[in-house]
Amino acid sequence: MSSSAASSQADAQTAQDSIVEVRDVHYSIGGRAIFSGLNLRIARGRITAIMGPSGTGKTTLLKLITGQIRPDKGQVLFDGIDVSHLSRTELYALRLRMGMLFQNGALLTDEDVFENVAFPLREHTDLPESLIRNMVLTKLQAVGLRGAAQLMPAELSGGMARRVALARAMATDPEVLIYDEPFTGLDPISMGMIVRLVRQMNYALGITSIVVSHDVEELSILADASFIIAGGKVAASGSFVELKDHESEIVHQFVNGLADGPVAFHYPAPDYYEQLLAGDA
Amino acid sequence: MTGVLRELWDNLREFVATVGAVALFFGRVLSQVPRALLRFRLVVEQVHNAGALSLVIIMTCGLFVGMVLGVLGYDVLQRFGSEEALGTAAALGLIKELGPVVTALLFAGRAGTALASELGLMRATDQLTAMEMMAVDPIRRVVAPRFIGGVIAMPLLTVIFIGVGIFGVQLVGVQQLGVDAASFWSQMRSSVGHEDIMEGVIKGCAFGVACSLVAVYEGFNATPTAEGVGRATTRTVVTSAVLTLILDYMLTVLML
Repeated sequence: MSSSAASSQADAQTAQDSIVEVRDVHYSIGGRAIFSGLNLRIARGRITAIMGPSGTGKTTLLKLITGQIRPDKGQVLFDGIDVSHLSRTELYALRLRMGMLFQNGALLTDEDVFENVAFPLREHTDLPESLIRNMVLTKLQAVGLRGAAQLMPAELSGGMARRVALARAMATDPEVLIYDEPFTGLDPISMGMIVRLVRQMNYALGITSIVVSHDVEELSILADASFIIAGGKVAASGSFVELKDHESEIVHQFVNGLADGPVAFHYPAPDYYEQLLAGDA
Repeated sequence: MTGVLRELWDNLREFVATVGAVALFFGRVLSQVPRALLRFRLVVEQVHNAGALSLVIIMTCGLFVGMVLGVLGYDVLQRFGSEEALGTAAALGLIKELGPVVTALLFAGRAGTALASELGLMRATDQLTAMEMMAVDPIRRVVAPRFIGGVIAMPLLTVIFIGVGIFGVQLVGVQQLGVDAASFWSQMRSSVGHEDIMEGVIKGCAFGVACSLVAVYEGFNATPTAEGVGRATTRTVVTSAVLTLILDYMLTVLML
């Protein structure tokens, strides 16, 4: 077998193993480049963490994967389908295969917990009420909130709201669950619950999880593989142990939580003394 | 000078872009109207929100506008000794002009702002994005029922405003100032034709479409911040008011 045939076979194999593939993506907002040649592959059936300092475009990457925005250049493939070239109908069909957990839960504030979880089922199916009821209660039981079914979103704590949102995201049995900053602003108990749920969901249901966060500690317990994004590209990837010993300064600073490094403590500013003296003049 | 020209050019471009965006949005909303109509419960809910909840303000204002019209109309007409024409004058004024316009302005202030801020807050709290992520088109599920609700409610409110307004005119003119009741009603009946009533209803429908569209457009496209939602709400009232008055002139000329 020739070497090119072998490599194309290997490529096909990797493509089969990866559910999301980002190929040479360029994206800029208002002239500011967010990504310049981003490449990454997210393995099927695993928990993948996407990390990086604030403002590096982690949430933007999620928007690209879910087709909320389109790249200026490059491809975003979901199970081999180029997300950026889909019509609205095709995109909606693809999104039925994804579930997304928003940072604040994004629950419908006018509906109670039960109706929030029932929402995607009512919108996409004609199932009888008794079946919807059972499905919703099953999902709520899985996140431990069956007893809160009649509460309104305003009555929930941050952690509970996120668990309800997780139950809602699972309602249509997606293949991929995407978590946008799932740990932000949670107390240690709620955080522990979410970490447990992400793991349980992933392995019990055999789905793929993509977790965007900057909580290094939680992700080190949770993720099978991680990508650190900095400077518009993947700065490092691999298991958490590999990242800890990574030679790149930015990765070292990020993983070890150092206050100063390539991401400077000081925002770019004119010379300190000159600016102070200019005030006296 | 070039600076001024440049700014003018930029403003013009922005204006054309906004008109285009509104037109595209309107097209998207209209395309979802048939499917939204199938969800009858959602539409009824929105007719209730935009219509029933605006009833008190519409009826109160209708009554007072009618009463003012009664006093002023009587004052002018009695100078010519034709106070019996009060019924005709006030009814035509209310049906053809004051009813639809004042209802639209009140509708923009009451229901329009409620729509815009509700949608804006849904945008700011990611509820609309969450729907899109659940493969539910928010235009179909959220925007279209609200738009239809406004379009149905507005002509109904206009008719109620006119009815209560005429009652107000009668209250002051007949009950208080002593205009003969028989001639008040008979003159009104003989001089107000179907086409006058149609004019009022057509205006009510047109203002309903305009005010509801402005409200849902502003709310749906609000910047997802507290300030953005506030600005969208303000813009809803201002744009609706200006658009109502421009449309009013155009429709009046067309239906003369």
